[in-house]
Amino acid sequence: MEETVKEIIDENQEYVINMGPQHPSTHGVLRLVVSLKGEMVRNVEPHIGYVHRGIEKMCESITYPQIIHLTDRMDYLSAHINNEAVCLNVEKALEIEIPKRVKVIRTIMSELTRIQSHQLFWATFGMDLGGLTCFFYGLRDREKVLDIWEETCGGRMLVNYNCPGGLMYDIHPNFQKRVKEFIKYFRKTLPEYDQLLTGNVIFHERTKGIGRLSLENAVSYGVTGPNGRASGFSCDVRKHEPYSAYDRVSFSEVLFTEGDTFHRYLARMEEMRESMNILEQLIDNIPEGSFAVKMKPVIKLPEGEYFQRVETARGELGVYIISDGNKNPYRIKFRSPNFANLSALNLMAKGFKIADLVAIGGSLDLVIPDIDR
Amino acid sequence: MDKPKLGELIRSFDKEAEVKEGKQFVEVNVPASNLYKLAKRLREDENTDFDFLFCLTGVDYGNDLGVVYHIRSSKFNHSVVLKTRISDRNNPTLDSVSDIWKTADFNEREVYDLLGIRFSNHPDLRRLFLDRSWGFPLRKDYVDEINIVTK
Repeated sequence: MEETVKEIIDENQEYVINMGPQHPSTHGVLRLVVSLKGEMVRNVEPHIGYVHRGIEKMCESITYPQIIHLTDRMDYLSAHINNEAVCLNVEKALEIEIPKRVKVIRTIMSELTRIQSHQLFWATFGMDLGGLTCFFYGLRDREKVLDIWEETCGGRMLVNYNCPGGLMYDIHPNFQKRVKEFIKYFRKTLPEYDQLLTGNVIFHERTKGIGRLSLENAVSYGVTGPNGRASGFSCDVRKHEPYSAYDRVSFSEVLFTEGDTFHRYLARMEEMRESMNILEQLIDNIPEGSFAVKMKPVIKLPEGEYFQRVETARGELGVYIISDGNKNPYRIKFRSPNFANLSALNLMAKGFKIADLVAIGGSLDLVIPDIDR
Repeated sequence: MDKPKLGELIRSFDKEAEVKEGKQFVEVNVPASNLYKLAKRLREDENTDFDFLFCLTGVDYGNDLGVVYHIRSSKFNHSVVLKTRISDRNNPTLDSVSDIWKTADFNEREVYDLLGIRFSNHPDLRRLFLDRSWGFPLRKDYVDEINIVTK
């Protein structure tokens, strides 16, 4: 008995604890095995696979239109953008020209997705750091986007609005009016977010200088999205390889150089503003035309390999299809942004306190089903 | 750098590599024994500077197993696809590139987990998603009578 007590209070000994799989700050079933010395984090080892469904294996036996519905279940907060990635890849392989109307509507939907995802990030990040009010504010505003989706797509979160060749159905007559109302509303409420959290002294103490990620490491670990851009890694697919209607809008890539938790947060706040700029440019300029190209009932991709990158709310999603000419892919691989972002967690959290690990993990904005696939 | 120029440069790096200009990327088929050397050269050479491994995929081609590396340079914004094949299905081994690109650490663990390709010199090669009782599910000859429903 005495010996055990001695062991516990021995300061040189590492103390290993499990954070998760059921821990509120991991936002899903992620288990972090944390080695501690006192309160300081020595090592973080992620154990994943709790929600591994083998999506890549499942895709090998189903058709392309069916695959779209599985991609929803990866990064469920960027469901629409995941759908778009598969559709774009199929369209590219079949060399189909998509109507301009579809391109613009897809872009508007993608930007709405980005805004609601960042709203949820802001809500949960505030909650992780002890500001419960953020959660109510964030979810209240996110509901407005979900309502717009519900009216047009029928779904609220997993919208399933894309299909190869275009969209499932045309936009609702109210769509443009409601998006404009939302922008007007959110332009007014976004400064409230800043007043509540961005300028808060406690928040600054908890986030500034915490979990620095250098540019070199961000590139080497493949950290993309707002996390990578906070470190100065120019990785916005919308800029570098424009798809849909991104080549027709002007927006700036949000870049910081500090790479700490605070700037990962700021990058998302700025991105919400940029997204609203994009929405404003497009919402009144939806071209007339059909909302889909007529496709063959059975879609077969010609033999070959196809790669499509898109920018989800969390970074670069890549869809890599190897086709042998059949109606289902020979091999499909999803390059998920969260998987790469998680791999850098150990590097960032080392040497900080365990409470900072919660802040760093929150600022990475991980979605676990996207890591496990 | 444009595609033909890049292809020529890679040809000069490795005589045995088979360089092909694809629709989207420059595609390089490289023997498994030369892969690490070529990857290191592509990373370190001033003119190529491929510092971002954005996709690492393991593939079962039927007779062979293979690994596909999609790499990009964040400075020059050009991309290349490296492909390699291993014919030994019972004990497939490949050199790890995790010291060149850190992100390969997790990705190679995933490939090992799902396809059973071992990476030598990997710092911590353990299964990532599944436990030891599973086989290698992404292989085409994988049969699991209990958990997989066949049509």
